[in-house]
Amino acid sequence: MTKLRDVCRHIRSKNAGPFWITVDLFFDGGETYARHADDPAIGPDAVAVLFGVDPTQVKRFRIDDLNVVKLSYPRARPQGGAFERDMHGGQQYVPLLDIDLGG
Amino acid sequence: MTRANETRILVPVGALGAGVRADEVEAGLALSPHAIALDAGSTDSGPAYLASGKSKYSRAAVKRDLTVLMAARAKAGIPLLIGSCGTSGCDMALDWTLETVLEVAREQGGRPRIAVLYSEQDKSVLRAKAAAGAVKPLAPMGPLEEEALDACSHIVALLGPEPYIAALDGGADIVLGGRTTDTAVLAAAALRRGGHAGAAWHAAKTAECGGQCTLNPTYPGVMVSVDSEGFSIAPLSTANRCTPQTVSAHMLYENADPFRLTEPGGLLDVADARYAAVDERTVRVTGSRWEPAPYTLKLEGAGAGPFQTMMLVGIEDPAVLADVDAFVGRMQHALERRLARTLAHEVAATIDISLRPYGWNAVSGRPPPQGAAPPREIGLMFVATAPTQALATEAAKICNPFFFHLPAGEGMEMPSYAFPFSPAEIERGQVFAFHLNHVVSVESPFELMRTRWVESAIGADHD
Repeated sequence: MTKLRDVCRHIRSKNAGPFWITVDLFFDGGETYARHADDPAIGPDAVAVLFGVDPTQVKRFRIDDLNVVKLSYPRARPQGGAFERDMHGGQQYVPLLDIDLGG
Repeated sequence: MTRANETRILVPVGALGAGVRADEVEAGLALSPHAIALDAGSTDSGPAYLASGKSKYSRAAVKRDLTVLMAARAKAGIPLLIGSCGTSGCDMALDWTLETVLEVAREQGGRPRIAVLYSEQDKSVLRAKAAAGAVKPLAPMGPLEEEALDACSHIVALLGPEPYIAALDGGADIVLGGRTTDTAVLAAAALRRGGHAGAAWHAAKTAECGGQCTLNPTYPGVMVSVDSEGFSIAPLSTANRCTPQTVSAHMLYENADPFRLTEPGGLLDVADARYAAVDERTVRVTGSRWEPAPYTLKLEGAGAGPFQTMMLVGIEDPAVLADVDAFVGRMQHALERRLARTLAHEVAATIDISLRPYGWNAVSGRPPPQGAAPPREIGLMFVATAPTQALATEAAKICNPFFFHLPAGEGMEMPSYAFPFSPAEIERGQVFAFHLNHVVSVESPFELMRTRWVESAIGADHD
């Protein structure tokens, strides 16, 4: 099985405003990007399950020129508040690293 | 290469107070910019700054950057535009920045004419707007509720470029903006001079974090040049470079949608933008589009909630680390039982106790993978959340003996875990939260803002 971390040169997450998290998957080349960009394992439904959000609100973008897949999803709770654990959303990408990709 | 009708904007750093470099600004001035523009705020660091009105950056750091930038502005005779002053851009944060600007002006002996653009919102005005159907939620938020307005201590509307353009038309040397979209303050000077709208907005979006769009973001400054067809961007430092990839990749950063960006009065669409290297350090961008739309202002609102008191212990005891989840579960149960037995039921019910084992799963809060090896140590954080600071601290003190001494298992001898501080409890203050994610429709870009003119030389001001 190919893990997402094995075909990306960089994976990061960050707040996109107080109500959204955005994740950027920088694939390590055009070939791996072409093979995996549309993999359901990194599709809206899979991401929704992973982060406990509504799949209809998960957005996926292909940025072909950069070999990047971008995933954006609403935070379960707005940034801040009494139960915040990751104020800037900077560690939210970690559960994606070990996702098994098809192909 | 200078193109016809070019507007050059020197963006010295991604945020005022983050540290401009005087040598970079000097190098930028040699290229004859038409304006210096930068942003001073963001919601990125959380709701505390808007809810409290206090700046994220220290006054000394902000003053130091202002000293460099105001001297450069005076020397070049060009305007200085600063958006989202004091982090949140609320009135209190804007006035705090203005005071610092006036102090620097006095020290430098200058007489800048200052326009101050206020964008804090009155709740009664927003209630009327909402009643008229002019306030709409942005996903994932629902319609504006009265409780959400009540919960906010400060509400700001994100200004567009028009108030900056009007301030420049009015002869402002320095424009200090309340909350503004990051892009609007950087796009204003180019839009005023008739630059290509798509290029001006896209250039502004690219430069809003300063050197973030370059190969080496430790060099904070960039120069954007907007003309009638596109824009070019290069770092201020000759030791740094922009490449087509670093520039196009910046549209990904902190953006939910990498192609389309909603702004006051329109939408920036970069789906067909083309990025080309002009030389080793400069990138040319064309094909950015601006689609005008009915004018809306985004609202941000935050307020203070309950109070927290925390404690931290370090644990290296192998018996605890062999099953951290079980230990934390038993600890949670023991602390809640202790609170229930010590306080009246209705008081205990208002307190939340959260245990977060750093070194195990505190960051995510999710169960670690099956079979994960025991950590070498954990820092166990205790957070009591309660309606008052006194009660949160009372809860911490009540829990202290158990938090300090709970054995790893039944019948084991009483351990003492490693407190780093005395007293063990730390009063963390209030919890802050964002409550608004809405846009309000306006008749004009000026409807929900006020401009104040300040003549720094004589200390007088007028509306």
